[in-house]
Amino acid sequence: MSKDNQILEEFTSKEYEHGWSVNYEADEAPVGLNEEIIRWISAKKEEPEWLLEWRLKAFRTWQTMEEPEWANIHYPKVDFQKLRYYSAPKQTKKPKSLDEVDPELLAIYERLGISLNEQKRLQGIAVDAVLDSVSVATTFKDTLAKLGIIFCSFSEAVKEHPELVKKYLGSVVPMTDNYYAALNSAVFSDGSFCYIPKGVRCPMELSTYFRINAANTGQFERTLIVAEDESYVSYLEGCTAPQRDENQLHAAVVEIYAAAHAEVKYSTVQNWFPGDKEGKGGIYNFVTKRGICAGDHSKISWTQVETGSAVTWKYPSCILKGDNSVGEFYSVAVTNNMQQADTGTKMIHIGKNTKSRIVSKGISAGKSQNSYRGQVQVMKRATNARNFSQCDSLLMGDRCGAHTFPYIDIQNPTAKVEHEATTSKIGEDQIFYCNQRGIDTEDAVALIVNGYAKEVLNQLPMEFAVEAQKLLALTLEGSVG
Amino acid sequence: MLTIKNLHASIEGTPILRGINLEVKAGEVHAIMGPNGSGKSTLASVLAGREEYEVTEGEVIFQGKDLLEMAPEDRAREGVFLAFQYPVEIPGVSSTNFLRTALNQVREYRGQEPLDAVKFLSLMKEKMKLVEIDQKLLSRSLNEGFSGGEKKRNEIFQMAMLEPTLSILDETDSGLDIDALRIVSNGVNQLKSDKNATIVVTHYQRLLDYIVPDYVHVLYKGRIVKSGTKELALELEEKGYDWIKEEVDSAAV
Ligand SMILES: Nc1ncnc2c1ncn2[C@@H]1O[C@H](COP(=O)(O)OP(=O)(O)O)[C@@H](O)[C@H]1O
Ligand SMILES: [Mg+2]
Repeated sequence: MSKDNQILEEFTSKEYEHGWSVNYEADEAPVGLNEEIIRWISAKKEEPEWLLEWRLKAFRTWQTMEEPEWANIHYPKVDFQKLRYYSAPKQTKKPKSLDEVDPELLAIYERLGISLNEQKRLQGIAVDAVLDSVSVATTFKDTLAKLGIIFCSFSEAVKEHPELVKKYLGSVVPMTDNYYAALNSAVFSDGSFCYIPKGVRCPMELSTYFRINAANTGQFERTLIVAEDESYVSYLEGCTAPQRDENQLHAAVVEIYAAAHAEVKYSTVQNWFPGDKEGKGGIYNFVTKRGICAGDHSKISWTQVETGSAVTWKYPSCILKGDNSVGEFYSVAVTNNMQQADTGTKMIHIGKNTKSRIVSKGISAGKSQNSYRGQVQVMKRATNARNFSQCDSLLMGDRCGAHTFPYIDIQNPTAKVEHEATTSKIGEDQIFYCNQRGIDTEDAVALIVNGYAKEVLNQLPMEFAVEAQKLLALTLEGSVG
Repeated sequence: MLTIKNLHASIEGTPILRGINLEVKAGEVHAIMGPNGSGKSTLASVLAGREEYEVTEGEVIFQGKDLLEMAPEDRAREGVFLAFQYPVEIPGVSSTNFLRTALNQVREYRGQEPLDAVKFLSLMKEKMKLVEIDQKLLSRSLNEGFSGGEKKRNEIFQMAMLEPTLSILDETDSGLDIDALRIVSNGVNQLKSDKNATIVVTHYQRLLDYIVPDYVHVLYKGRIVKSGTKELALELEEKGYDWIKEEVDSAAV
């Protein structure tokens, strides 16, 4: 047996750290999916009529749609009738401030290392914490309000800022965009809403933390970020879920709207439960994320570190409509054991002098499959469009797979599109070199992998980058003897 | 310090080392010479703990401990250092970051406090002078795009930082021009003390003008077939390896 294989035999992924669940009293929708359920959810959330209609329309379209099968992922079909579409921790009344939030719920987040207690928070990150279907608490609201920034749960936005929600909801990801987006539009329960007024630079990172706790519950959150002219915001998304034998479904929608000269950075560190070594359990992560650079000189950057989920189907995209607008996609996707990821991006150049940059770093270990799927589209009007794509794959062992599917569609002859791709294997030589300097194998792998992913990790806000580095190391822990 | 007894090692079933005996004491410099393919790098790799090589017989005692029982990282932490013939590249990892990780793991093993950034940098500055290495080089990805000479210099710099007890230099002179050779040898000489020892692997006598060995051994077909003082190196320089090969090969018949 070669060293590589031997190394892999010893590949035992560290047990998922956040694999616990808490029993709390929950307010739940009945299991199953039909118009009645959608009405139930809408009523529960005391939604206006237009939103109920919007949901129903999405649902009716969804019923006519087929689950997409083009991605390089294989999993047993989800039985949508066996899921529960709404679960909320029971709170006697809606909390007005953190002091009124059930301490048990706060404790759940404390256990995840996310303190929602504003006084104790030093990093200055505003957090919207979503547990199962609803937002539990949003911190730093008042500080932000002084600047005119709205950062709250989606439900609250529907109540307090219906005109904004009505204007932008579904404007970037139409309700019937794809199968999962349609499903989300029908049943979404909560999520975060963020609005940055003209000329305002948001002084702190805004962050959403998602956690699925209840069993057999789908999580369908919706995030909507609107950045007006000349505004700036950096937004972070983190997620965990308990360890369960059955797969849980997560189908989120994120929409970003950037007006002229606005800049939005959206960073994700995705750490959903990946399933065990045999591939039992884990989250199915079917997410639609899209931003529109609507105004001239606007910019949207997606940065993602994907370490979790059993199956990932996710393509954060940018529609570069404004002239001189910029779209970026930086991604590290790690798969280990039986995980499957099909992820990448779409850059759609519509405006003149639009630029996009794609840096994708795949890391595959165990028996996992890791696919990059990227589309660069340059429309007729998009004179002088530029794209640069770099897609690298790092393989650990010879039982995993890395695949690259680039699609390029150019309708304007002035476009310049560059694509580079590499595949490398984590070298025994590199590991031995580290060992010889006194670095143990675990740390050597972490060092090599973090070096490989550096260009992407550098895009993350500081504290997040450190977390992401640890997470990468943790995901691959035990990967090499 | 180091005792090698009847060491046999093979790779993929092919025996390469076929009974090596060697005794290295503190304060000594040993040169191992021999034609290409005689097993010099194999010996260095086996001492450092490379797992592709299977030790089939013999023992290696390093400072009273069974070296062959130890994991490669523990050998390093115990003070064995190998300057590689072909140092590998690690993209995205700076030499600085790499060395800091290494040094702190070694320190932890020895029960010492990790060095903070300030102390680490000042130690680096001090050692950089020894091999006249530029700070810029150290902030670049480890060995990536380094010239042959820069790689070798970086190896000796790492040796200076880690302060090993036993250093094994595998063909550190290859790829060096005469100036670089002088700088690297200077560095090695300054690191020498009566507490540590050096094994210099080379097949040219040239290096031994700079790093003067106490003993010279000739490795051929996986055995040390001749040992002597530095005069042996000069003799080899003059006459080549053929006479030794003939001696050994005819004795074997
Ligand atoms: N990985 C390997 N697989 C097969 N043979 C090897 C391998 N590495 C070294 N060898 C063989 O072992 C012998 C000794 O090699 P080496 O130790 O590198 O010699 P030297 O350093 O003295 O030039 C050579 O015949 C070489 O071909
Ligand atoms: Mg050699």
